[in-house]
Amino acid sequence: MALLQISEPGQSPAPHEHRRAVGIDLGTTNSLVATVRNGIAVVLNDHDGYGLLPSVVRYLRDGRTVTGREAEADQARDPKNTIVSVKRFMGRGLKDVVHVENSPYDFLDTPGMVQIRTVLGVKSPVEVSAEILKVLRARAEEALGGELMGTVITVPAYFDDAQRQATKDAGKLAGLNVLRLLNEPTAAAIAYGLDNAAEGIYAVYDLGGGTFDISILKLSKGVFEVMATNGDAALGGDDFDQRLFCWVVERAKLAPLSAEDTRLLLTKSRAAKEFLTANAEARISAILISGETVDVAVTQKEFQDMTRQLVAKTLGPSRKALRDAGLQWSEVKGVVMVGGATRMPHVQQMVAELFGQTPLTNLDPDKVVALGAATQANVLAGNRASGDDWLLLDVIPLSLGVETMGGLAERVIPRNSTIPVARAQEFTTYKNGQTAMSIHVVQGERELVADCRSLARFELRGFPPMVAGAARIRVTFQVDADGLLSVAAREATTGVEAAIAVKPSYGLTDEQITQMLRDSFDHAREDVHLRALKEQQVEGGRMIEATEAALREDADLLSAQELAAVRAELEALGKTLSCTDHRTIKSAIERVNRATETFAGRRMDRSVKRALTGRKVESL
Amino acid sequence: MPLNARREPKGARPPPFSRTSMTVDLNQNHFELFGVPVQFAIDTAGLDRRYRELQREVHPDRFATAPDAERRVSMQLATRVNEAYQTLKSPLRRAVYILQLRGVDPKFETNTAMPAGFLMEQMSWRERIEADSEKPEALLQLQAGLRDESGKIYEKLHDQLDQGRDDEAASQTTRMLMFYEKLDNEIDDKLAELEA
Repeated sequence: MALLQISEPGQSPAPHEHRRAVGIDLGTTNSLVATVRNGIAVVLNDHDGYGLLPSVVRYLRDGRTVTGREAEADQARDPKNTIVSVKRFMGRGLKDVVHVENSPYDFLDTPGMVQIRTVLGVKSPVEVSAEILKVLRARAEEALGGELMGTVITVPAYFDDAQRQATKDAGKLAGLNVLRLLNEPTAAAIAYGLDNAAEGIYAVYDLGGGTFDISILKLSKGVFEVMATNGDAALGGDDFDQRLFCWVVERAKLAPLSAEDTRLLLTKSRAAKEFLTANAEARISAILISGETVDVAVTQKEFQDMTRQLVAKTLGPSRKALRDAGLQWSEVKGVVMVGGATRMPHVQQMVAELFGQTPLTNLDPDKVVALGAATQANVLAGNRASGDDWLLLDVIPLSLGVETMGGLAERVIPRNSTIPVARAQEFTTYKNGQTAMSIHVVQGERELVADCRSLARFELRGFPPMVAGAARIRVTFQVDADGLLSVAAREATTGVEAAIAVKPSYGLTDEQITQMLRDSFDHAREDVHLRALKEQQVEGGRMIEATEAALREDADLLSAQELAAVRAELEALGKTLSCTDHRTIKSAIERVNRATETFAGRRMDRSVKRALTGRKVESL
Repeated sequence: MPLNARREPKGARPPPFSRTSMTVDLNQNHFELFGVPVQFAIDTAGLDRRYRELQREVHPDRFATAPDAERRVSMQLATRVNEAYQTLKSPLRRAVYILQLRGVDPKFETNTAMPAGFLMEQMSWRERIEADSEKPEALLQLQAGLRDESGKIYEKLHDQLDQGRDDEAASQTTRMLMFYEKLDNEIDDKLAELEA
């Protein structure tokens, strides 16, 4: 016999409502979406049974946008309009993009972030990424049977502020509610750690299509604490393809290639690279547009020799991460391998030598990040089960600072600080009578500002002239749980203030940024929203009280049907008061207004009559 | 029938800040926040445990779907807990913080006067680091030696702060330790350069 569940008085549990939440691994080469079903994280497949969506977007002349496998198949035919590896351009200026010479795209060197000219107009990497996210969103909504409540998108741990912000913007552009940006190695650690009930120090070595991350984590009693992270935001499987491609061009003595032939040979190089993982030799055969045939054989040894230096580039960051964590190699209990590029035997071999142990390859390096992200999304959305009482403590990968005299970077928040973190630093004027100060926010480990990444510039104006060194400008940096930065500055003796959420300057000139800053000078944008919300909540509450009072006096003026309609609108308004969008409350107030129009008219009539009667009485 | 306008939606989490504000009071100092006595000696395992307990309650991941205002407060509280933890965990920052709480100004910026013997010692450390700046193994050995030295000085600082309670001497010792910290960082930077 089934037992009936009876809850304590006043504490009846809400029926279990599962909120639709997903984790998305927005990768350089492939992207995935995963969710937690019946307590287990699973990758969601498309109709053909594929989990991986190639991160390729093609813009067609007829106005269509094609994403994934179909676009990938067309890349050699239409290289200029088929964007691959867009992740490498996220939050990046043209000068930061490596292998520009081998990229077939028509780049626009716009300030902040590059853009690409296509048959469908100029596209920013944010828009291209949003196309990939839209496809995954549609896939997830179909599989889960409705709109998504929230999404976690993963980013390389070594992504800087501009790259993170660009990723979050892409999520918003795709109509996703981005609950959190999660670092890829951390996501992998969640998936691995929860599956294996791991305790102790673990390293996650993540070599993806375009990025390399190394993270050192302490797993202890359900807490995933990132101790240090390091990496190279421009090193990945793509670079191995490029190296092989160059080797083939040289070996076959090819003349400078067209965009189509470049793309064709790059694709062939990638296939050969993958083939060499399990085979001693691969052939690269292709017929170029000119009719020329290319047919080159490459052995595993040759491939490994030509790319050994690339693998070696991961050793420095790995050592640095370990030292920043204050640990010895022997203290690392396991090395988790993530990213398709870790399948290459010589990568595994070098990692084994470095850490003095065989790396853990018992999980699918392509899927583990998405699975970890899904697990995190599930918990963030509020579907926390009893076994989900774990906590994640992550860090910022790169130091944040400001420019001081002489073009030097003054560190304000050191790398590997646990987030969220805030730090304030005081600066002063260097000239007599100086009334403004330009604040230049940078990210990176180098001493010279010119070698760091410029995140934002803004000006603090309007403090009274003082002698040099007398002004006290306090600059506060706040990094939130997504690793995103906002900066506020305040002159202490006068209270003059400026604040900005640091937005990457893509498509925006310095003047526009300054203007944005000026707009946010008096009130941070958030504060404006908060104030509007408060105002509408107060207004809504007043409206309910007033209407209730009116009903107590004069409900008899309404028919049963009219009364029910008014009460329904009041109830609806009451429900909106706890929401965070002031516009929702406002429209509910308007609906109550409309529903009580007739009632108000009749009440007015009655009070007029009453007043008239009163006067009569008085005059009697 | 009374209009029940402000009814809480079903299944809503209990109001979080009645709970969190009890544990994270912004007026508490770092020691109070972590429930440990204001002294230099510290139970690091207990510190770690308390840190996790606090973050479990206030971390933004617990409030990912909460209203903006709650999310903001959660970020502030979690930031505060991180700051306190980092301060208490580092012996140098902890010492500086204790002096600050006692109203002692250690004059780190202005008082650079150090005993001649100490400065000679510092110079010799620096020379050795320079001489070995290309040899990672030697640098690591130097770092180990440096940490042995500073370890002894930290014991002295412990006496000065907790037992004898000599804030003036503790300030001087803390200033000395800052020199050691700087040397340690220089070795780290050199090692990082070699690895690049």
